[in-house]
Amino acid sequence: MSGLSASKLTCIKRDRLLFTELSLQVSKGELLYLRGPNGAGKTSLLRILTGLTMPEEGEVCFDGLSIFSPDSTYTDHLVYLGHKSALNSMMSAVENLQYWAAQHSVSLSLQKLYDVLETLGLVGLEDVPVKFLSAGQQRRVALSRLWLKPAELWVLDEPFTALDVEGIALLESLFASHCSDGGMIITTSHQALSPSAGKHQVFDLEYSL
Amino acid sequence: MSSLYTGVFKRDLTLAFRQKAELLQPLMFLVLVVSLFPIGVGPAPEILQMIGPGVIWVAAILSSLLGMERLFRDDFNDGSLEQLMLSGLNLNLVVAVKITVHWLVSAVPLLLLSPLLSMFLHMTVDMYIALLMTLLLGTPLISMIGAIAVGLTVGVSRGGVLLALLLIPIFIPLLIFATSAVDSAALQLPYFSQLAIIAAMLLLAVAFSPFAIAYSLKVSQN
Repeated sequence: MSGLSASKLTCIKRDRLLFTELSLQVSKGELLYLRGPNGAGKTSLLRILTGLTMPEEGEVCFDGLSIFSPDSTYTDHLVYLGHKSALNSMMSAVENLQYWAAQHSVSLSLQKLYDVLETLGLVGLEDVPVKFLSAGQQRRVALSRLWLKPAELWVLDEPFTALDVEGIALLESLFASHCSDGGMIITTSHQALSPSAGKHQVFDLEYSL
Repeated sequence: MSSLYTGVFKRDLTLAFRQKAELLQPLMFLVLVVSLFPIGVGPAPEILQMIGPGVIWVAAILSSLLGMERLFRDDFNDGSLEQLMLSGLNLNLVVAVKITVHWLVSAVPLLLLSPLLSMFLHMTVDMYIALLMTLLLGTPLISMIGAIAVGLTVGVSRGGVLLALLLIPIFIPLLIFATSAVDSAALQLPYFSQLAIIAAMLLLAVAFSPFAIAYSLKVSQN
């Protein structure tokens, strides 16, 4: 079975049952749009799907192989962007991304890096320490990883936070092209996706007490 | 290999030198504490020689606790640690490299300062050689054991006191054997057995601490 499938996941946080018996499936070319009120467990679900957290029960498989098994190459196919931008505030955008690319064994030319930052409207800010950038600009630097690493599956936690209208449009068109190339996206958001993001399935998480 | 070197070793080294204040703080603390003792207890050589090894080692342990949190705190807070865990690199190797960098930037300056410190405390050459040997074997041990505790407390806000409470009891054997080695050197006695015990603790830590640290970091992500 290709793609990402999760079966019968249970997550308990601080003695509160967030979800149980949760199953979902994302195949090639699909965008899964995860909705739910604050505290419903969207971030917890995404962290389980990336393998950062272990579920209480259940299994997550990528291309038929459990992502928790030692010989899984899951992380090669994955880009995860969480709430935290994973940018060190002392370093510039270019340095942050170069070290990140080295960690993820992505070969990256400086030219490509500058091109991507230009696409994101960050010309002239490449060498400025990240702490001097605005929240939206920092978000753009974090999102540039989607352009840099050739991964099939993107797991994105609130990618639109702090982005302006143009940034949102840019990201939505990237979603559409990624899905049409056979990629997979799982994203959460509190605002509805516009039609330019392409077709998407909606998955609702409910807040349970 | 190159991704470990560029992505972790070079990155951590660059960051360490960019945060010079954090780098110098523990060292300044160490030098200040050691230099206050001759003033406080008087300049009599016998007394200074008696308390010297203990003073340097206690100051070294306390100053290393000051800088210890730096090891994973920033990476945990800004999310870089998450990305590192999803990078496909072996986390055990990653933490081993991180500890190496931490030792290079925190303990090597201490080793370079040690001749000065031993002069403050009127140590003989024999005593200084013994002290240097114990520091060479003991400081990597401090970094490795400390990193386990940092990994466990990284998710706790204001974990500094907790860190000290966890670690100081564990460092007591190291302190006992290290100071005893220097005391033996002062009496012209062999101190190989004390060094061997510290070396044994170090080898045990080299073998097991990367796994323990990687596991503690995974636990902290929950």
